[in-house]
Amino acid sequence: MKTKFHIKDLDLFFKEEKVLKQINFEIPANKILGIIGPSGSGKTTFLRALNRMNDLEDGTRIEGNILLDEEDIYKPDYDVVALRKKVGMVFAMPVPLPMSIYENVVYGVRLSGVNDSKLLDELVEKSLTASYLWDEVKDRLKTSGMRLSGGQQQRLCLARVLAMEPEVILLDEPCSGLDPISTAKIEDALTVLKKDYTIILVTNNTKQAARVADNTAFFLMGELIEIGSTGQIFTTPNRIETNDYITGRFG
Amino acid sequence: MKLIGEKGVKRILMLTAFSAISALLLIALFILNEGLPFIFKYGVKDFLFSSDWNPHLGKYGIYPMIVASLWVTFGALVIGAPLGVAGAFFLTEYVPKSIMRIIKPTIELLAAIPSVVYGFIGVMVLAPLIRNNFGGPGLSLLAASIILGIMILPTVISISIDSIMAVPQSYREGSLALGATTWQTIHMVTVKASKSGIIASIILGMGRAIGETMAVIMVAGNSVNIPHSPLDSVRTLTANIALEMSYATGLHRQALFATGVVLFIGIIILNSIASVVLRKRAVKK
Ligand SMILES: Nc1ncnc2c1ncn2[C@@H]1O[C@H](COP(=O)(O)OP(=O)(O)OP(=O)(O)O)[C@@H](O)[C@H]1O
Ligand SMILES: [Mg+2]
Repeated sequence: MKTKFHIKDLDLFFKEEKVLKQINFEIPANKILGIIGPSGSGKTTFLRALNRMNDLEDGTRIEGNILLDEEDIYKPDYDVVALRKKVGMVFAMPVPLPMSIYENVVYGVRLSGVNDSKLLDELVEKSLTASYLWDEVKDRLKTSGMRLSGGQQQRLCLARVLAMEPEVILLDEPCSGLDPISTAKIEDALTVLKKDYTIILVTNNTKQAARVADNTAFFLMGELIEIGSTGQIFTTPNRIETNDYITGRFG
Repeated sequence: MKLIGEKGVKRILMLTAFSAISALLLIALFILNEGLPFIFKYGVKDFLFSSDWNPHLGKYGIYPMIVASLWVTFGALVIGAPLGVAGAFFLTEYVPKSIMRIIKPTIELLAAIPSVVYGFIGVMVLAPLIRNNFGGPGLSLLAASIILGIMILPTVISISIDSIMAVPQSYREGSLALGATTWQTIHMVTVKASKSGIIASIILGMGRAIGETMAVIMVAGNSVNIPHSPLDSVRTLTANIALEMSYATGLHRQALFATGVVLFIGIIILNSIASVVLRKRAVKK
């Protein structure tokens, strides 16, 4: 089994506050990793460390290493732009860019220099189909992405990441605020996609992790409490904190 | 008791607002009243489009001053707008927020420097520099454009910064997360989302440039002629009024008021355009 990310002794600070503490584990390729944990436990921060989005915040500092395919993504001359093309991200709040549906999907690809309109057309159809949105928008690709419903916007954001053909997809609570049908659509998309991608899914909904994740990690107050196969975590967790959280006995 | 207080405050506020508005109306009425009759008596066409300004011969053509004002304003924009907008983008997108919190008030302080000081620097430093390097009298259209270009920077920069900062952070993050560079994010997303605010900042800067008087009198040279090169001495509409008002009487005085009418209308048009542009942005939000 191939390792995609290797996280070694990771500490992360916002100014003086230590938000992630001594994280150590490996993320296997072509699997879905679910990350669960209460609010404020550092799930989003961890996810954003993987594509260096935390860099945008002044005063962020990390110690330890994150290796992607055995290469340290925090080493000084590492190409962050290339990293973000390899490691795509869908945010908790779906935010299409202020442009048409079509342009949203091809945004990243255009920036990489692809301009052949036939190629782009195909890419748009393929990406929107994979994110289960194509049928709903195929007749209005030129309208603004911001006119879509919340669930559609979330799937559009997934499509624009898929269009980049990344290796890893980070999803931060992609289904919060979505109805069960949209949620099911996104979950379906993910299970199909893991064939080609490594997927890391942060979710506040433990049932969702149980449904789609191969492995599940439990975070609490900046620490990785436990990680294991989803079956094991949800049936025979080793730590009492994990058990309390998944059974809902957690404050 | 409380209710009376509330009502009292409301009355006082209304009175203040009303007096500000009526002062504005009174000024407008006064200028129009003094200036408009002259324009119609002398003839709109002769007044606006004749190049003959000779008050002691009864000739009042302000065409050279209109042209000079337009050129000076245009020159100020050519210098101030790109610098200001680029500076605003640099400060918001590349400079850490902690540093920006110091720089922005500093730039806004530039607006508080009296215009006579700008004029002084123009006379002492800029004019000799132009005279020695490019020839001509030094006090010129070019000098006025440069000084005004600097004077409008605070307006352009601070309004542009406000509108760039109003662009949701999520747009930037969305773009960067897709592998865009900071520069690509600026020109594909941020510029588009802040466009109307930037245009408004330039229009307001333009209003400032047209209306500026003291600094322009000091550096523009003030001879009444249609400029053929940036090195020529020019006189703007504002300079014309300020220079001659102190001794003008009769028709001459009315002609100066009429010059004010022309300025007034020009600035009202500009400000209306700016507020329409800004309102359009507010509606879009
Ligand atoms: N930009 C920031 N600056 C300072 N502290 C931050 C910043 N972002 C997050 N934090 C802190 O880091 C901790 C972890 O936050 P994080 O957003 O990673 O939590 P989370 O597990 O994603 O929570 P939620 O489930 O509510 O999304 C919190 O204590 C938060 O206050
Ligand atoms: Mg979060």
